[in-house]
Order: sequence, then C-alpha cells, then structure tokens
Amino acid sequence: MSKHTLSVLVENKPGVLARIAGLFSRRGFNIDSLAVGPTEHPEVSRMTIVVNVEESPLEQVTKQLNKLVEVLKIVELDGAASVRRELLLVKVKADATTRGVVLDAVQLFRAKVVDVSPDAVTIQAVGNADKLADLLRVLEPLGIRELVQSGMVAIGRGSRSISERPLRPVVVPAPPSAIG
Amino acid sequence: MTEITGAQSLIKSLEAAGVEDIFGIPGGAILPAYDPLMDSTRIRHILVRHEQGAGHAAQGYAAATGRVGVCMATSGPGATNLVTPLADAHMDSVPLVAITGQVGASMIGTDAFQEADIRGITMPITKHNFLVTNPDDIPRTVAEAFHIASTGRPGPVLVDVAKSALQAKTSFVWPTELQLPGYRPVTKPHSKQIREAARLILESRRPVLYVGGGTIRSGASAELAELAAFTGMPVVTTLMARGAFPDSHPQHLGMPGMHGTVAAVAGLQKSDLIISLGARFDDRVTGNLDSFAPGAKVIHADIDPAEIGKNRFTDVPIVGDVKEVLVDLLALLRTLAADGHTGDYEAWVEFLAGVKQKYPVGYDTPADGSLAPQYVLERLSKIAGPDAIYCAGVGQHQMWAAHFVRYEKPNTWLNSGGLGTMGYAVPAAMGAKVGRPEATVWAVDGDGCFQMTNQELATCAINDIPIKVAVINNESLGMVRQWQTLFYNERYSNTDLHSKRIPDFVKLAEAYGCVGLACDSPDAVDATIEKAMAIDDQPVVVDFRVHRDAMVWPMVAAGTSNDDIKYARDLAPEFDEDDL
Repeated sequence: MSKHTLSVLVENKPGVLARIAGLFSRRGFNIDSLAVGPTEHPEVSRMTIVVNVEESPLEQVTKQLNKLVEVLKIVELDGAASVRRELLLVKVKADATTRGVVLDAVQLFRAKVVDVSPDAVTIQAVGNADKLADLLRVLEPLGIRELVQSGMVAIGRGSRSISERPLRPVVVPAPPSAIG
Repeated sequence: MTEITGAQSLIKSLEAAGVEDIFGIPGGAILPAYDPLMDSTRIRHILVRHEQGAGHAAQGYAAATGRVGVCMATSGPGATNLVTPLADAHMDSVPLVAITGQVGASMIGTDAFQEADIRGITMPITKHNFLVTNPDDIPRTVAEAFHIASTGRPGPVLVDVAKSALQAKTSFVWPTELQLPGYRPVTKPHSKQIREAARLILESRRPVLYVGGGTIRSGASAELAELAAFTGMPVVTTLMARGAFPDSHPQHLGMPGMHGTVAAVAGLQKSDLIISLGARFDDRVTGNLDSFAPGAKVIHADIDPAEIGKNRFTDVPIVGDVKEVLVDLLALLRTLAADGHTGDYEAWVEFLAGVKQKYPVGYDTPADGSLAPQYVLERLSKIAGPDAIYCAGVGQHQMWAAHFVRYEKPNTWLNSGGLGTMGYAVPAAMGAKVGRPEATVWAVDGDGCFQMTNQELATCAINDIPIKVAVINNESLGMVRQWQTLFYNERYSNTDLHSKRIPDFVKLAEAYGCVGLACDSPDAVDATIEKAMAIDDQPVVVDFRVHRDAMVWPMVAAGTSNDDIKYARDLAPEFDEDDL
C-alpha cells in the first residue's frame, strides 16, 4: 500500500462531498485525509484526497470518480513535484516556568503562538505531515491539552495550473423539444 | 411569458423530452404533478399497484424499445419502493428516469410525514440524481436527466422534486443547451487501439468474441454479425446479450458462465484472445478469476472506462461505443484482408464445433411422466417464435429460458442480470408490452418470483396490456433448492413454497381479470401454449406444474474454476486437447 494524493476539481453543488465520500466507502477505499475548499472560480471546488491504496485500485477509484457527473478533473499530485501543507492548532500546557521551553519549540519549527493564557499557549503550525508530527513529539512531554489538524492541501510546483482547462464551458445541445 | 405552476412545468418538460408513457402511483408530495398530468394529451400514465412494479415496467419498456423508461412516485415509501428497480437498472445499464415527489423545501430534514432522503439513498444506485427545490430549475433538470440516462453507458437518473417547487409559480423554458462540464462520454474509439486490436486478432489462433449487454444497448447486432461473418470468429453471448447474435448461427457457442454451455465456457477458457464487446467480466461469467481463460490476451471495448481492467487485466483497452468500435475494427480488418492479412482460426473453430456437438444443452425427461420445465420452454420458443419478447424473473426458470428459448433478435430477451431481482418478470413484461404493443410478450416466471410482483396483473387487465405469463411452477425456490441439493446435503431449509396447492394460480389469474390456464402433462403443453397465444384481448397466466427436482445444467460451482464445469451432475466434459 502507498499513499496517493488526488486533487479533484468538482462542481460546487450540494451533495458532491457525500457522493465522493460514499464512493470511497462503498468501493472499500479508506480516505487518509480530505480537504475541501473554494478555488479561483466560484463554481468550482477543489478537494485534496489522500488515499492509501495499491496502484491498480487507485486507477479504479480514479475512473469511478471520473464517472460522477459533477467531477470535472482528477490529477494525482506527485510528492516531489508538489507543495503539500497541513495546518495544526495545538493547545499546550505552559505556565511561567515552562513557557520558555514551549516558545523555543515554536521558534525551531517556525510555528506561531496565536493565543496565550496563564497556564497554556495555543500554537499554529503549518507544514507537511512529517514536520507537524515532529513538532508534536517535542511538545508531547509538556502536556498537550487539545489539538486539531486540517486535511492536507497540495498544489503542483511550477507555473502550470490544473484548474484552467476544465472550466471552459462544455456545451451539449439539449434534446430538441418534442412539443410544437 | 405566461406563469404556470412548477407541476405544469414538470409535465410540459416530460412532454418536451418526448415521454409518451409513465408508470406510477400518486401520493401527497407528487400530487400537484398528477393534476396537469390528467390533461396531457401526449402522456399516458399507467397506474400500477406497487411502485416497484412502476420501476420494473419502465425498465422493461426501455429494454424492449431502447427508449428511456419513465416512472413516477411520491415521497417517502413511494420513493423507497423504487430503490430495487433503480439498483437493477443501474446494474444492467437501463436508461430510466424516475420522478419522485419530495416534501416541501422548508420541511426537508425535519422528519416530515412521508419524508425520505431519496437522493441520498439512491446515490450509489443511480447514474446521477437531482433534488429540485426551485421551480425554475425543472425544465433544465428534466432535460439533463434524459440526456444523462440515455447517453454514454445508459443508466437510471432520479429527479426528486419538492412539493413546494411543484406548487410555486414559474415559467417554462426548454433549454437549448446543457451545461454538464463533468459529463463527457467517449463514443469514438481511438484509432491506435483499433490498430492494436486488429493486430492481435490476426495474430491469434483461438479468438472468441465475448459479447455483453452493451452490444444490445448500443444497437450493434448488425455490425457484430458482419464482423463475425467476415472473420469467422466464434461468438459467445452473455446472459445480458442473449439475442445480440442469432442462436441459429453456426459460429454461436451460446451463453458462457456459471450455467453456460460447455462450448461457450470452453471457448473462453481455452482461447488465446478474448474480444470483449460491452461485457464486464462479471463473476458469474469468469468463475474463479485467477484461473479464468489463463492463456488469453484481452481486448476490452466498453463505453465505460471504469469497466476496463476492473476485474481482468486488459491488453488492449478500447473506450468507445460498441457499434463504433465494430465499424472501425471491421473497416480496418477489411483493408488488411485486401492486403492478404487474415487470421487462421480453422482448427479452433473445428474444435469448438466438436465440443458444441458433443455437449449440447440437454435435459432428462422425467421417468414418471411429469412435466420437464425445459420442455415447456423449448415448446414455448417453437410456438411463440423469435419475434416474441421473453421476459424472465431470476432463478432456474431464468436459466432455462436463457438456454431453451432460441433468440434471433436483440431486445427480445429481458431479464434482471446483474442485481438478480426476483419479481422482475411480470412488471417488466407489462412495460415491454406498452412499449411494443404489436409484439407478443411472454413473462417466464418462477412460482417464487411470480408471487413477489403479480399484483401488476390487475394493472395489465384494466389497462389493456395483454401480456402472457408462463409460471414454471416447481413449488419451490428452485435455484436455492438446487444448491441445497448439491451443497447442503439435500437439507431443504425454507425453500418449499407449496405453490401447487396455495395459491391456486388459475383462480388468482381469474381474480385479477386474466385468463388462467394450467398444464401438468407434456402432452398438453402445445395445446395450452397455443390457447394462450390465441387470446389477445386479456392477459393470460399459465400454471406449468413441472417436475420439482429438475436442475440447471451445465454448472460451474460458485468460486471454482471454469475448468471444473459439470455437464450434468458428476459429469465433467472431456476435451480432446490434441485437436487444438
């Protein structure tokens, strides 16, 4: 098994997420991570899906996704040729005696403190999965009170865009009216 | 522009889409649509007795005519009763549009009376579905639904319309173009793949045309016949493709699969090249996949790219409509033949002809003089002929109908292949008869299946839809009983239906306003069928009371290799491999 990152451009319509999530579960594929958000075009949303499968089931899931009427385009993003980021917000125990250690870690990982209270700080960190895992390992002994992490978003390196082409309107002549 | 209601817009939209027949049942949420429907001069609505009947009728209508079948139901239970036919149509690629009423938009999500999230429920079993809450969206949605249902790989599309949208005011504008940026079915095959396919066909020594239901949906029988005649390649037709190639043709090996003919199973199993045309390497055809046709390369042509390589590795994938694939392939093979390149399949064709002759589909006549079900179907085929439409349920009678009726034309064999829905036959036959009123339509049903949907006999009797039903009554769930005989030490757990005693099918037919006939001896079969054939103003039900221990042969036990096919119980065919 290996992890694959799929960028899926979909029409921004109600129910699309349910269709895609349902397809993964009923065909027996597990989603490792999922992030959905708007794109530069208001009528198009972009999903970044990380799925853990072999090569041939991946081809099958891609083909099945492509059959969904509201799916516009699917691109597998190669690890080296793309930038991948996840966002982490974590609340760590920190009083006057331990705050310095926490802030050192924040600096080392180029993270940010976004909230401070007398006995805790909340840290925001952005990075790939490995970097965030490393940060958590450092913070763990200090006492993690709560954490929340986003799904991964990814974008290809270079100037090419995957979201330009599918937006050219494809017009199908409607069936002619059978009346009058 | 004149203001009309959403309901009027819906009916106008269905008229604009060319709908002539709808099968359905009204109810609270869809009620507004039924009012303008009453005034439509273009649409005939047939009031069925159960929404499942409406769905299967629309399927039968579509499968017999090639046009989109339409059914209609109300919200909640009306809609959920359509679930089985929608799943069935999805599996067998039947073009279908289902219109359902939904509770008013402001009530959605409140667990309102007769509310069910039918769009959510049917997501995995439709090609696409819609929920309409804005009445202005009705014409465009209906146009899109018919376009999606009937193009590419056909399938069912559900349009769920909120009652509030039906009641609100709107204007009717039929769209001139559809914006479906994510829906682009490919019908024209790639020429490089066609060249590669032709190369393999000429190189191979043991090719076989593996013809699936896609060939029927594509309307490609004539092109298939041309290719087969030109190349001399043997042909097998799957359960969904019976009728795509004439049974009388010497190159036809019959149906492959779990209950396939020995020749068709051997034809795939021992081939060196399988040319799949709108088939999907279903488990009922391949048996154990690892040992299926081990020496064969595969050319897989299908309009649905997701079918290609799904179950079996494909050497030459061809995405396209079967008809266009056949046209291009034949043109290329003709050009190559003109340059002296033709295939040599003589030894192979001869070998298979030998297998076909040695192992025809047969059966034992019961020694006690009781009626063999296979004999009934043989005679039905002979008397009703190849122009009739045959429509089966699921089980032993379905397999006997697939083997012992001789099919010569496409769209004359309707059945539930993928989903295996018992109860499909009677309503589907009703739909076929509505779509093809000039044709004789025979439902071939089992006594188990028949009791699942026979309420539609009332619909047939009242609406002048004179179908004929042959109930192959072995008073049990015969296919399950056969497995119990073979794999469960003859322990017949819950398969005895007692249907030679209860109900009385003749009286039941009469109670439904049909003619009821019964037949339990071989001598009376012809006369009974002829009597049924002579009645054209009423539905007819014939209770064929057959021998209950008859089994379907040949058989490949589930999960085993096609090499282990049994010709009859404990009888394996012997192939003289040296002939190859």
